[in-house]
Amino acid sequence: MAGTALRGRLTWQIAKVTAVAVETASVRTITLDVPGWPGHQAGQHVDIRLTDEDGYVAERSYSIASAPGEPVAITVERLDDGEVSPYLTDELRAGDDLELRGPIGGYFVWEPDDGGPLLLLAGGSGVVPLRSILRHRERTRSNVPVRLLYASRTLDDVIYRGELDQPAVGVEVVYTLTRHQPPGWTGYARRVDAALLAEVAWAAGVMPLAYACGPTSFVEAVSQVLVHSSYPPERVKTERFGTAGGT
Amino acid sequence: MSPVSRGFHRRRQDPAANAGRVPPGQYVTKDFPVLSAGPTPHTPTERWSFSIGRGGQRKTWSWAEFRALPSQDVTVDIHCVTKWTKLDTAWQGVSVDTLLDLSGHDGPFALAHCDGGYTTSLPVEDLRGGKAWVAYARDGRPLEPEHGGPARLLVPHLYFWKSAKWVRSLELRDTNDPGFWENYGYHIYGDPWREQRYAGD
Amino acid sequence: MEALDGNAIGGLLYEIFDTDMTSAVSVCGNCGAACQVAELAVYTHAPGTVVRCRSCDSVLMVFVKIHNRICVDLLGLAAPG
Repeated sequence: MAGTALRGRLTWQIAKVTAVAVETASVRTITLDVPGWPGHQAGQHVDIRLTDEDGYVAERSYSIASAPGEPVAITVERLDDGEVSPYLTDELRAGDDLELRGPIGGYFVWEPDDGGPLLLLAGGSGVVPLRSILRHRERTRSNVPVRLLYASRTLDDVIYRGELDQPAVGVEVVYTLTRHQPPGWTGYARRVDAALLAEVAWAAGVMPLAYACGPTSFVEAVSQVLVHSSYPPERVKTERFGTAGGT
Repeated sequence: MSPVSRGFHRRRQDPAANAGRVPPGQYVTKDFPVLSAGPTPHTPTERWSFSIGRGGQRKTWSWAEFRALPSQDVTVDIHCVTKWTKLDTAWQGVSVDTLLDLSGHDGPFALAHCDGGYTTSLPVEDLRGGKAWVAYARDGRPLEPEHGGPARLLVPHLYFWKSAKWVRSLELRDTNDPGFWENYGYHIYGDPWREQRYAGD
Repeated sequence: MEALDGNAIGGLLYEIFDTDMTSAVSVCGNCGAACQVAELAVYTHAPGTVVRCRSCDSVLMVFVKIHNRICVDLLGLAAPG
């Protein structure tokens, strides 16, 4: 293989949980104090490792929800029958230790110099690394135009709703609620398809940069539509999250 | 060992309740995890066939012919090398004894070939004597693709990677050549009771 | 079971290569398709981690943890040319 790479040490270390905040009924944002944290890029993730008394180890990856320069935070959705996520959302509390390594990932990252316009496509918890990108954009006072298309089951499942309902200048947020909509809802109410994307996405001619994140089926569906709409494949970055089985 | 995560524990059943049924290093699960090394094949039964062959000779059954063979209902415990064990799993399938006898072929070793390219190797004596089936249903329902449907090998006395999903043929051979996971370091035989997970165990 | 992508094994690859590999370009030894590691199809729910070419499904890399050592097979990749 050949190509650019990020260098530095990546070792497991113990972080201290400083806060666990409720985002939605099943989602928590866990803020961490990580000794010697080298800083991170928007879009990167950390690996988390849990060990029980018998020495059984479970490992998972979570995108960093905070922007570079902010304390490290991860946002975790509790999955039914999950082995790790219910522990993180329901048991973990401020003062606990959490073993992690990071930051990881040099592909699904955005820096202001990468430009735009940005098209951010979020399926469910796929919004987490995209929120880091949005916060990084704001903190660096970038004026790259952004459209965020966020597919969520219901309005109550929308993570970071407070922030997203009051987006920064130059940021447009479009929700589509795929399972249930509140009374009087006039927004999109279906899974993202070619017609929906045609209405929301930047035209290929303005050379947009797209980031799609969420369950594999969501990412596959949207990235195929974008490439069919003449987005150059190298300007569509994808990150697939596991669903059942990857809990 | 890493420091213990306060309050974290793996879900597990009471070990005393299953004494003698759980091989070393395994834990009991009520789920049926789906493990796969690649995309799930979806072979329609109209295009499906199963064969047993040796050298250039093979005996082949179409789906209809296969389903017309005598079948058995079996309830067995299964043990995955990734450490989960599932007790009392119910399957319906054709005994490999039946298939071997009807094929007229024999040999010391078998390499199972599957849709999607997966392979695994077994001694033929571990496929005989009522120890193995080609299963097409579980819990009374047609075997779903993610669990190996239309049909999979079922060899419960060995680690479950030997129970090859999407099986299409058994190739009988004189040598025990490693299949997919055996090539990547897993044990050539795979007895869960002797904890033969990796080559050399 | 739907595949993830190379982002999911960023930490594993870093452990092996001592650097981030998700942006590195890999070339399939079977069909010649080239893409970044982050875009490859990754199967993690298995006795090992299997990385396949998205174009032809050919196995490019396999990682198996054997007694606390990670065994790495990269034979599916094209030789550097």
